[in-house]
Amino acid sequence: MPTQQSYYVPAQSKWPIIATVGLGTTLYGAAMIMVNSTQGDSTAVSWLVFAVGSLIMAYMLFGWFGTVIKESRSGLYSSQMDRSFRWGMSWFIFSEVMFFGAFFGALFYARVFAVPWLGGEGDRGSSNMLWEGFQATWPLLANPDPEAYPSPSAIIGPWGLPLVNTILLVTSSLTVTLAHHGMKQGNRRKLKIWLAATIVLALAFLFFQVEEYVHAYTELGLTLTSGIYGTTFFMLTGFHGVHVFLGTLMLTIMFIRIHKGHFSAEQHFGFEAASWYWHFVDVVWLGLFIFVYVI
Amino acid sequence: MSAVIDDHTQEHDHGPAGGITRWLLTTNHKDIGTMYLIFSFSMFLLGGTFAMVIRAELFYPGLQIVEPEFFNQMTTMHGLVMVFGAVMPAFVGLANWMIPLMIGAPDMALPRMNNWSFWLLPCAFLILVSTLFMSGGGPNFGWTFYAPLSTTYGPPSTTFFIFAIHIMGVSSIMGAINVIATVLNLRAPGMTLMKMPLFVWTWLITAFLLIAVMPVLAGVVTMMLMDINFGTSFFDASGGGDPVLFQHVFWFFGHPEVYIMILPAFGAVSQIIPAFSRKRLFGYASMVYATGAIALLSFLVWAHHMFTVGIPVAGQLFFMYATMLIAVPTGVKVFNWVATMFRGALTFEAPMLFAIAFVILFTIGGFSGLMLAISPADFQYHDTYFVVAHFHYVLVPGAIFGIFASAYYWLPKWTGYMYDESLAKAHFWMSFIGMNLAFFPMHFLGLAGMPRRIPDYALQFADFNMISSIGAFMFGATQILFLLIVVKCARGGVAAAAKPWEGAEGLEWTVPSPAPYHTFTTPPVVE
Repeated sequence: MPTQQSYYVPAQSKWPIIATVGLGTTLYGAAMIMVNSTQGDSTAVSWLVFAVGSLIMAYMLFGWFGTVIKESRSGLYSSQMDRSFRWGMSWFIFSEVMFFGAFFGALFYARVFAVPWLGGEGDRGSSNMLWEGFQATWPLLANPDPEAYPSPSAIIGPWGLPLVNTILLVTSSLTVTLAHHGMKQGNRRKLKIWLAATIVLALAFLFFQVEEYVHAYTELGLTLTSGIYGTTFFMLTGFHGVHVFLGTLMLTIMFIRIHKGHFSAEQHFGFEAASWYWHFVDVVWLGLFIFVYVI
Repeated sequence: MSAVIDDHTQEHDHGPAGGITRWLLTTNHKDIGTMYLIFSFSMFLLGGTFAMVIRAELFYPGLQIVEPEFFNQMTTMHGLVMVFGAVMPAFVGLANWMIPLMIGAPDMALPRMNNWSFWLLPCAFLILVSTLFMSGGGPNFGWTFYAPLSTTYGPPSTTFFIFAIHIMGVSSIMGAINVIATVLNLRAPGMTLMKMPLFVWTWLITAFLLIAVMPVLAGVVTMMLMDINFGTSFFDASGGGDPVLFQHVFWFFGHPEVYIMILPAFGAVSQIIPAFSRKRLFGYASMVYATGAIALLSFLVWAHHMFTVGIPVAGQLFFMYATMLIAVPTGVKVFNWVATMFRGALTFEAPMLFAIAFVILFTIGGFSGLMLAISPADFQYHDTYFVVAHFHYVLVPGAIFGIFASAYYWLPKWTGYMYDESLAKAHFWMSFIGMNLAFFPMHFLGLAGMPRRIPDYALQFADFNMISSIGAFMFGATQILFLLIVVKCARGGVAAAAKPWEGAEGLEWTVPSPAPYHTFTTPPVVE
């Protein structure tokens, strides 16, 4: 049963409305860029709108998080507030799980149903009539209509860079836990070393991911437009990469905060939230490694 | 620790700020709830206007008022605005106002995020409605935006539509996280889970559904975005994708979504019927478990929307039986409401009228849902007006009557005045007659084979369409009356007692009417 002493209800805040304007402007700009470039119009103004929106978002993120950190450090938050943050972060991660679930679902559907049916299998094999002679294989190296979607010449094998990246990311989950232990023991040195190690591993992962993409685009002809294999490959690994980037950003901010002397052995939910997120990113990668690369 | 104490005393003092900043910068759950409700009603009128255009065009056979292209935009925008702009925000508004009052919390758990959740909505709908004025027009592919209609053949504004959906999704997810954190963490001492009012329970489960499926909606529109702008082939068979994939992902979101729109209404009706029956709710625990069962089943039935698209027979059978299974927990609820009224001391104030109409008419919508669940029969009904009749019966006298019932039930608590009961009864009866006139003939039209989403129809459908249009105009005009009733109630009248309803129970009736700006800064103790 939750107990309440004085739950902190903040007074008026300008940050949410700034966030609304920022997010709206950014996305409106993004849509303008896409629509204008598809239609062959100039995108200069669109980029300007997008940039202004992004700047507002950056200002908001610094300001809003800054306010929360200041409030937290001045002792306004009770243990009950801490629980609200914990529930909030947990459910946010759950929503991210469901977002990735949609893309994993698309991958499974394509592999298990759509592509075999196009190849003539089962009740629904009639779609085979669209492109006679199409052979269903996975990975799909010959698209039904190669003129519309040029087929890739090869795909990325699992036992090179992807395996290295798996080891990097699993290790980084371990190091962030060691850092957490350091935090809880009040051992700041241990905390800093292992957190720094985590960030280095994360950056290495991102570096190899970029290298893999360059290899796929320039040498294998494996692109976003190379049919359903490229589509699912880049969307899944790409969204994962964006999340790794965000997680790295979070951990870096935590590193800076730790250097400024923030957090205590008892109260450090900001750090814990970032490490939860990091573990989540790691688990998603394991799913990716198995279902995108290995199987 | 002195900072805590200082701030605590300060907290009691500050009332609402003046001017526009009160609304732009507020962190107060009551202000935010009010804004949600006002926004929802404006969207209800806008979506209603689109519906009036549709019914005016269908008044006579033949094309007379709008172009078919524009008609398509109207059906699409009507659905999108009603689902995402009217019904969902209305329930979030009710949750904002009532959940802290019902569980004895000082506010929502994350008040600043609460403000952001709200203000994102006007932003999203500004973008969505602006697409109507773009070259190529607004979304014209139906509110379900099936690929490839929305990808290969959609207007250029589709990209803006996608980002509007993204912003709505962000808003819904944050709103839902706030509700869950509030309910799980901010209950007054002694308020155990199984003592929570049912409205709180149904909202807790709704919030879970929202967090589970709004990201899937974000996923499907992202796939559309990539197919349209970046050459991916999720929904294009020539690249190895499949348009049917769109329907699977969409309806994995879409079916829980319909429960998101009805579960809070279940909760509200479960507050109102006991209050006006002067009895305790029959079968409280079974209501909670039934709500949970409905929510879980909602994840297993999505393909009943796609029987005719060509899914394997085993799949059709599974989704048919799973869908029918939902009738069991829904039946539990309906019987519990009836049993609550049985031998009660009933009075029929406006909230109760709407609640009883809800029970009867929602059940009709449930029955037509059962008919649609039968896969072989659905081959006949699919994409006909029978489907339109079905989902309007669950949404209008279901979700929307639930919202009206809640509004009348809690208006005295919000405004401090009683609303005009005779006007409210007029509102009820005209809405009741109008909506039945509008939607009941659609069953016959659909069974006779009239397809949905067309601006013109065969002559034999003319009579029923005219009746339907007359009913729709009546229902639409009646909602202006609702606006008048609410404005009149907000401006004054008979002062409302802290507990204006004799049989009402719950913490919200222990605070004065109107509820002070800050309530339960020190939590009450529930025994």
